[in-house]
Amino acid sequence: MNNFSKTQILGSIFSLATIFFVVPWLIKISGRWDFYFTLTSVALLATASAGVWLTFYIGRINIGQGAFALIGAYTSAILVVKGGWSFWLSLPVAGLFAALVGILIGLPILRLRGVYFAMVTLVLTQVVTLTALALPITNGAKGISSIPLPGSVSIMGVTLIPDFASLENTKLAFYYTACVIMILTFAVLYRLVHSRLGHLCRSMQQNEELASSIGVNIAYIRLLVFAISSFFGGIGGAMFGAITQSVYPSSFQVVDSVNFMLNCFLGGLGYVFGPILGTLVLYFGWDLMFALGQYQLLTYSILLIALIRFLPNGLLSIKLAGRKQQ
Amino acid sequence: MTSLLQIKNVTKKYGGLIANNDISFDVAENDILSVIGPNGAGKSTLFKMISSFVPVTSGEVLFKGERISNLKPHVVARKGVVRTFQETTIFKNMTVRESIVVAQHLRAKARLAGYFWGTKTAQEDVTDFGETADQLLEFLGMHGLRHEQATSLPQGHLRALGIAIGLATEPEVLLLDEPFAGMNHDETMHMVSLVRSVRDKKGVTILLVEHDMAAVMNISDRIVVLNFGEKIAEGTPHEIQNDKTVIEAYLGSEDDEIGI
Repeated sequence: MNNFSKTQILGSIFSLATIFFVVPWLIKISGRWDFYFTLTSVALLATASAGVWLTFYIGRINIGQGAFALIGAYTSAILVVKGGWSFWLSLPVAGLFAALVGILIGLPILRLRGVYFAMVTLVLTQVVTLTALALPITNGAKGISSIPLPGSVSIMGVTLIPDFASLENTKLAFYYTACVIMILTFAVLYRLVHSRLGHLCRSMQQNEELASSIGVNIAYIRLLVFAISSFFGGIGGAMFGAITQSVYPSSFQVVDSVNFMLNCFLGGLGYVFGPILGTLVLYFGWDLMFALGQYQLLTYSILLIALIRFLPNGLLSIKLAGRKQQ
Repeated sequence: MTSLLQIKNVTKKYGGLIANNDISFDVAENDILSVIGPNGAGKSTLFKMISSFVPVTSGEVLFKGERISNLKPHVVARKGVVRTFQETTIFKNMTVRESIVVAQHLRAKARLAGYFWGTKTAQEDVTDFGETADQLLEFLGMHGLRHEQATSLPQGHLRALGIAIGLATEPEVLLLDEPFAGMNHDETMHMVSLVRSVRDKKGVTILLVEHDMAAVMNISDRIVVLNFGEKIAEGTPHEIQNDKTVIEAYLGSEDDEIGI
């Protein structure tokens, strides 16, 4: 179980090299510095999508990840701006707070299945947006702006992370940070899926009654999975707030929640790394169609419908089908 | 003989409908006890109450003197009372072996986090689960099918897989839901000997709900007959076959249905 095949190891090394060396090099020679922001966004949106993917893994359609991203972004922003915390400390706290909210919301709603659960989660993003508008601590519609850049972290005089404000190229720094967060998230996700928890999740996805008859505490595992999912959402959102240096009630909307779900669909629900590819394709696909003007949304939607119709198992299923034929 | 499982004055009402009315009987350790009755007699409801899939309206179910009714199904399973389902309730997208491995979950020594970090205990568990799964499949004569997807199995094997999943939890009492339904004579006899060997070799007490008279008479140590939600008779197969109430109320004049 812990032994990776040669292809997997080579693939990981190749991906890591691409992320950390090839992409920055390409951006340097092409001079397209704006790509850093795009790719950073992709990495963070993929992190949040990882959570959605995990809820799919227990057979629940989650269209509410925007809510947890928003909660994470606000938690971090409030701690940094009003509490004077270091961003790096606020980041895990934002994730944990999102997880806590996830548990409280999950307790009543995780009993629901299929479309009923999806419908309730669809409302969550709007509820959090409205809450952010109403609460004094979140500054209402004005949101929280001019959040300071992440500061330095040093242990015993050794600087581990430099002060972002002192860096020449903050874009590159954010890109690296976002990529590290994404890689950690997916490493954790991969491990979860391939450990006993993943096996139990699959048993629940396929038959909850049978799973409970063999002694699986399905209520507990559902809650645990939803908490982890919300944690990923919170982390993604908090990091996003740090990059844009601002959080508004509209930072994450219902459409973002829908996109998080589509990222998973597009990449493939059967593949742990599906959300990364899905996010990349969805984000760039939308931008590439910018030239189509008023037909952008129409073309985009038709393509998505076609993809879901002809590739129900996601983009990664193409690769696998090719392999089987060999 | 001691009673492992006691059903005491169990009643289930759905609104005005009485599904089970004041049913009591004991299941002795190492017995095979069958609950029979015509459709709608309340067999399935009784079954679900014993495994805590539905709560009782009144009365209680005791396992080793401890109340197990109105708990969560997984808690009852942990105590050692495990139910199986009819063949459509399986883990569809798992192989036979994977299904058995996941079903051994209760025997895990390591905690969930242990599996995440891959501790020594967790690795030992994983090896142990695999070995036990292979042994169990060997015992059930399904070793050749271990890498088949559950959905691609024929009906008879699906039923055996259901029993295997139940057995993998190492229960003390196994509740079988119509294990012979839809089977021809040979398949039924094969399943009868399988169920009997589960009792004889694994020491599992068996409670089953069944329609198939011939099989029930063949396999059971004791039989409980339900009709319209009430227990109308209890006894050995021989006693049940000669019970006037049963013959009148349930078997009618079709004595040849009994088959033996």
